Amino acid sequence: MAMQAGEIEQLIKEAFPDAEIKITDLAGDNDHFAAMVTSSAFKGKTRVQQHQMVYDALKGRMGGVLHALSLQTAPKD
Amino acid sequence: MTAHDHITADIQENDVVLYMKGTPVFPQCGFSSTVVQILSNVGVKYKAVDVLKDAEIRQGIKEFSNWPTIPQLYVKGEFVGGCDILREMYEADELAPYFAEKGIATQNA
Repeated sequence: MAMQAGEIEQLIKEAFPDAEIKITDLAGDNDHFAAMVTSSAFKGKTRVQQHQMVYDALKGRMGGVLHALSLQTAPKD
Repeated sequence: MTAHDHITADIQENDVVLYMKGTPVFPQCGFSSTVVQILSNVGVKYKAVDVLKDAEIRQGIKEFSNWPTIPQLYVKGEFVGGCDILREMYEADELAPYFAEKGIATQNA
């Protein structure tokens, strides 16, 4: 099972409407992605909390249908 | 002993615990392998737990940390992060100072 990059972006966008999202398909197989997410929602949160927020937005897909999403998050001013 | 009890005991008894797929010598996943390499570059001693050997720990650690993926690193009972976070800390030269702050010896600092 795999996921489309657009689907990942849409789920993140739903949870963080102001987010800037850059998704890269690392292997061209719709299964290994890298995502860079910047949102004001991350302000004052630790890295672990920021990643947990994104995983929550993906509603359980991470570690399931989505095997490999290399994640980088940063707060936005 | 439940998986949660087991994890609690492990992270209390060992300063640094890495939950990973495979062993440090034969990692079974690229992400686990990356973290093994980072820890070895930093020169820190750790206990490795192979989650592929125990399905209950494999599922249990995800619930315990509220973190969906393996590897996971614990330092002094505190969840530090997975592969992405450790790589970010390592590349930002934050990892060795982090261990120092926690009072854990690193060989290559």
